[in-house]
Amino acid sequence: MATDTLEHTDVSHDQGSDWSGGNEPFKASYGKLMMWYFLLSDAFTFSGFLIAYGALRFSMPSWPIPDKVFSSIPGGIHGKPLYFVTFMTFVLLFSSFTMVRAVQEGHRENKSGVIKWMLLTVIGGLGFLSCQAWEWTTLIAKEHASVTTNPFGTHTESGVYLDAKGNPSDEVFNPDDSYLIHKISNDAHGAHDAHGDSHADDHGHDAHDDGHGHASYAGPGDYPDAFVDERGYIHRKYKILNSDTREAGIIAHEEFGPKAFGALFFFITGFHGFHVFSGVVFLLIILLNVWTGLYVERKNGYEMVEKIGLYWHFVDLVWIFVFLVFYLL
Amino acid sequence: MGHQSYEDSVKLVTKTILLLGAITLFEVFFALLGKGYISDSVHFPLWVVGGVMIALSLVKAYYIVYEFMHMKYEVPGMVKSVVLPTLLLVWAIIAFFWEGSDWKKRRSLIDDKNTGRYEQQVPQGFLILDNQTKKI
Repeated sequence: MATDTLEHTDVSHDQGSDWSGGNEPFKASYGKLMMWYFLLSDAFTFSGFLIAYGALRFSMPSWPIPDKVFSSIPGGIHGKPLYFVTFMTFVLLFSSFTMVRAVQEGHRENKSGVIKWMLLTVIGGLGFLSCQAWEWTTLIAKEHASVTTNPFGTHTESGVYLDAKGNPSDEVFNPDDSYLIHKISNDAHGAHDAHGDSHADDHGHDAHDDGHGHASYAGPGDYPDAFVDERGYIHRKYKILNSDTREAGIIAHEEFGPKAFGALFFFITGFHGFHVFSGVVFLLIILLNVWTGLYVERKNGYEMVEKIGLYWHFVDLVWIFVFLVFYLL
Repeated sequence: MGHQSYEDSVKLVTKTILLLGAITLFEVFFALLGKGYISDSVHFPLWVVGGVMIALSLVKAYYIVYEFMHMKYEVPGMVKSVVLPTLLLVWAIIAFFWEGSDWKKRRSLIDDKNTGRYEQQVPQGFLILDNQTKKI
């Protein structure tokens, strides 16, 4: 027994002495195994968040329809569900591919190859983060969503919107139609700005057409066709045609969507984005070490690159499920 | 690990990334089709669209973990120590989603009671007197 152990330590001496027992459990190095267990715990964290999203979504009578919420593309294009997030998914998937290539080059001790593929991975990570920054900006600055305010609503009854005089217009909606609660512009001009992007937030929300100006609302108050709250959100008024819970004929106004939506969206995608960000930072640190030749001396097939690779793929893996839960379902 | 030659493993990951890309494209296409964005006349039930999305996402997860993260080439004990604990999530999902839909039922029950739309079910042979159910 004793000789056995001795022999083994001799053989694996250049592997480092992290596991001083001699034998490597699971034939994996300490660092790699612990990275796996860290990722397992992180998987539980993310699952907890996503399950919370699911439970809260199940508990609400209506939920914002993702295809309506996330349907903008840079360049002022709207009403294109899934296009932009699909692009983001591809950016992240591709960076996962370049990461595996870096690991493979590391296995054959090809320093310049590792540098090249790791650089591409960093670019992919930064590209993903930029896309996310754009998406958040659109939601916060243009559509006025926040952690506690969710202007994306879904009708649970059918009705007809009122026109500027308070009479029913020809704009009819059905249950499950979604709407976006706009906000009166509070820039220096006071009135709703007229240039290109002003109606950008329409993007396919059935309720609004370009002819519906908001200039008529000077400030918070009760108008014939809408109720403007203190923060400037315009809740359009409508006459109920058919409802499970209220009488037909009653005048009602659009309500905010489920409050939890904003918190869940910004928190979960933010937590994932933070993972991507820290991944990029670690990639850069390890890239620097590769470049200075630190891992050439270690002669362990660039194991550090393999470990950050595991982390990077995990971030990609989590995105697969964030993509599924927030955008596809 | 290291069972294959360098060329073979490069070929394998190239194939894997192409497959992952293809699955993603199909998912998006199927979601758009099923929800009626491509053709107005085509609509799939929600559970079909959802089921296909979940299944395909799990396939993608398999390829990322088993090929990209090299899980396929680790010793069985290690694979089990990482994969088996995630099975706990199956129950977490069932339990919390069940709970979620129950919150919805409670909420609408309370709403009904507050607005007076709720009619108490009285078992046969009983009647309500002074807010208490009494046997006749």
